[in-house]
Amino acid sequence: MRQPSLWHVLQPKWRTALQRVREERSRGGSGKLLLLTSVALLFWVGVYGVLYLILKHVRGAEELGPFLAAKILGLVLLSFVTILVLSNVITALSSFFLAKDLDLLVSAPVDWLRLYLAKLGETLLYSSWMVALMAVPILTAYGVIYRGGLLFIPYAVLAILPMLVLPAVVGSAVTLILVNLFPARRTRDLLSIVALGAAAGLILLLRLIRPERLARPEGFRNLLDFLAVLRTPTSPFLPSEWATNAIMGYLRHAPDPLPLLLLWTTAAAFVTLGAMLHRELFAQGFTKAQEGAERFVRGTFWRWTVGWVLAPLPVAKREFVLKDIRLFFRDTTQWSQLILLGALVVVYLFNINALPLHRGEPVGFFYVTLVSFLNLGLAGFVLASIAARFIFPTVSLEGRQMWLLRSSPLDLRTLLWSKYWVGTVPLLLLALLLTGLTNVLLQVGPFMMAVGLVTICGLTFAIAALALGFGALYPQFETENAAQIPTSFGGLVYMMATIALLAAVIVALWQAVYAYVRAVYVGEPVVVDAWMIFWFAVAAAICAAATAIPLRIGLRRMENFEF
Amino acid sequence: MIRLENLTKHYGSFVAVDDISLEVPRGVLYGFLGPNGAGKTTTLRMIAGILRPTDGRVLLGGDNVQQNPLAAKMRLGFIPDRPFVYDKLTGAEFLRFVAGLYGQEGEAVERRIAELLEVFELASWKDELVEAYSHGMRQKLIISSALIHRPECIVVDEPMVGLDPKAARLLKDIFRQFVGRGGTVLMSTHTLEVAEAMCDRVAILQHGRIVADGAVDDLRRQHRAGDATLEELFLKLTGGAHVRELVEVLGG
Repeated sequence: MRQPSLWHVLQPKWRTALQRVREERSRGGSGKLLLLTSVALLFWVGVYGVLYLILKHVRGAEELGPFLAAKILGLVLLSFVTILVLSNVITALSSFFLAKDLDLLVSAPVDWLRLYLAKLGETLLYSSWMVALMAVPILTAYGVIYRGGLLFIPYAVLAILPMLVLPAVVGSAVTLILVNLFPARRTRDLLSIVALGAAAGLILLLRLIRPERLARPEGFRNLLDFLAVLRTPTSPFLPSEWATNAIMGYLRHAPDPLPLLLLWTTAAAFVTLGAMLHRELFAQGFTKAQEGAERFVRGTFWRWTVGWVLAPLPVAKREFVLKDIRLFFRDTTQWSQLILLGALVVVYLFNINALPLHRGEPVGFFYVTLVSFLNLGLAGFVLASIAARFIFPTVSLEGRQMWLLRSSPLDLRTLLWSKYWVGTVPLLLLALLLTGLTNVLLQVGPFMMAVGLVTICGLTFAIAALALGFGALYPQFETENAAQIPTSFGGLVYMMATIALLAAVIVALWQAVYAYVRAVYVGEPVVVDAWMIFWFAVAAAICAAATAIPLRIGLRRMENFEF
Repeated sequence: MIRLENLTKHYGSFVAVDDISLEVPRGVLYGFLGPNGAGKTTTLRMIAGILRPTDGRVLLGGDNVQQNPLAAKMRLGFIPDRPFVYDKLTGAEFLRFVAGLYGQEGEAVERRIAELLEVFELASWKDELVEAYSHGMRQKLIISSALIHRPECIVVDEPMVGLDPKAARLLKDIFRQFVGRGGTVLMSTHTLEVAEAMCDRVAILQHGRIVADGAVDDLRRQHRAGDATLEELFLKLTGGAHVRELVEVLGG
């Protein structure tokens, strides 16, 4: 029998992608496209600019220059490969074992090799597109600084492409083996925890080795110490090292075909080995993937704890809150994000503690106040990112069950109310913890402590409302993975709106804080006068408006949802 | 009990439901029939308050679903065609949650949950997460959830899909008993034998319009169909001549 081409097997995927683009265009999505392109370009220009300056500086160093440039590229590519292996393992689980089109493909007379290559291609694309896009400004900076010329573009693609294929093959193979050992859904739970644990560990490690010391070489006793710190795991067996050698060789005008040859032959060999492994293990793994997690849950814990606290509430609200909490803590892909969050909070506080404000000679009261004040914006941004991940997707996640909520006598206000408070209460606790501990570490006075805590409360209420409101305005009912929802266009608009809110509140409060700083600086008593009260009131009004308006708009939008 | 007045639904320029008026009295099991894409599901979802009509109105026991949704929905139990439920809740938790949406709680609800799970043979699965349920078990759970608050009327879209013969029979008995006690059921189905055996009256929809409605015997008389089965009548009313041609083509 003549087998369908690989292109044909992938047809539903690319046709769906094309159709989505067409739908966006017909909905008048050119404004959306323009905004997304502008943000992406801004990001690219930012990455390019920073690296350009670093490389220009590095190139000026006679002896160390080429060594350092290669080292930086090696480090970047090594982190890319590490991220890619992790993301390929998770993506492969979806594309090889849980995707909706698998029943059709497996039951059709499509041979194992086409199935493998189609799914490998899908895994590669889904898990590598972001890394590939990120590589563009980085490699452009290298090409421009080292005058690689136009031919550098195809050469860089030749070097990077096999480096992306290798983690895809390895990730798919790891998943294939894991699924043969555990049921697929259990494997997904396991992988979420392992991947996030690894990411959290990596973040902590990178922060705790204090890379900022590299910016102050005078702090090292000699060059050898400096180089020792620079030492990164290098090995002649790492594909990132081959890609670095290939690229740097070309840029130094001494091209060496060996690294390229190594990359391509290894990629081809890995694909072959991966295909053979797939032939042996896929059928059994796919059968195992159909097995459920089979877990009995008594489910009395939340009922007796949170349920008891919420007892005075009407039954619909209480059951809704309980339902949301249960769903969150029973979904490993959701709660495991808390591991990463914990690591980020530690790094945040570590950063504040590492500021050289209270070391050596006494630092002026002005800087402490300034850092404490600006920290409000930073903490607000952190809270906004957390709300984007946990609160923004909540309306979308109700999508498939909306038939139940809309056909029942549940008032949509109750739904919105419960979603708002389930998200806001933990966010508020985190906000108070971040701001309170930071201010303690900074040793600020009672005035700044009070301003900080009250402001962060107001900001948290507004940020949570914005996340919920924009989540309802831009729902993603078809996406089952909560982590993908904030990366949508709506997520971007939400983040931009939140940044505008933070800027407005900071600007308003600055007037009051400036009056306070001036009074302390000239030795006058701090008096909370009409001027200060006016600006506090402006900040409070901004927060109140940013809380009420999005919730109202979100409610209106939800009332018009159709399924 | 269920009253549709000039109900219309447009999706852009496409008219899915075109000026339907229908009255389903108390104590009647009403069948809603029609070929795929005739507008049955859209109509039922408008009755349940999930879709907003472009024009017209839906009254449940005198309450307008659009103007007085909470009171109207208190009377209703809705069973959709696709059994989407929260995967990470157990069967018992799901039923308790739905009861809460209708403002019900306490011992009476717990007894009702146990009773429904027992009837639908889900009692041994009550503490298992829904993600482990089969399609048919999910369907049974959704049917239980529609009955948990003792509704006055049930709107059900393709109830027999995914059910085993025993559960299908049980559901038929439950619906008959329900209308026997004065309840109202509006049921869409493709299984014409089921409709013929169960329904007191039927409405046949095509291209978003009701092309015939009444008791099956009345329809036979109206359309001079003699002893024709409901299936033959359905094919006659919805362009069944094409089916014969199709059979010939498929038969080779």
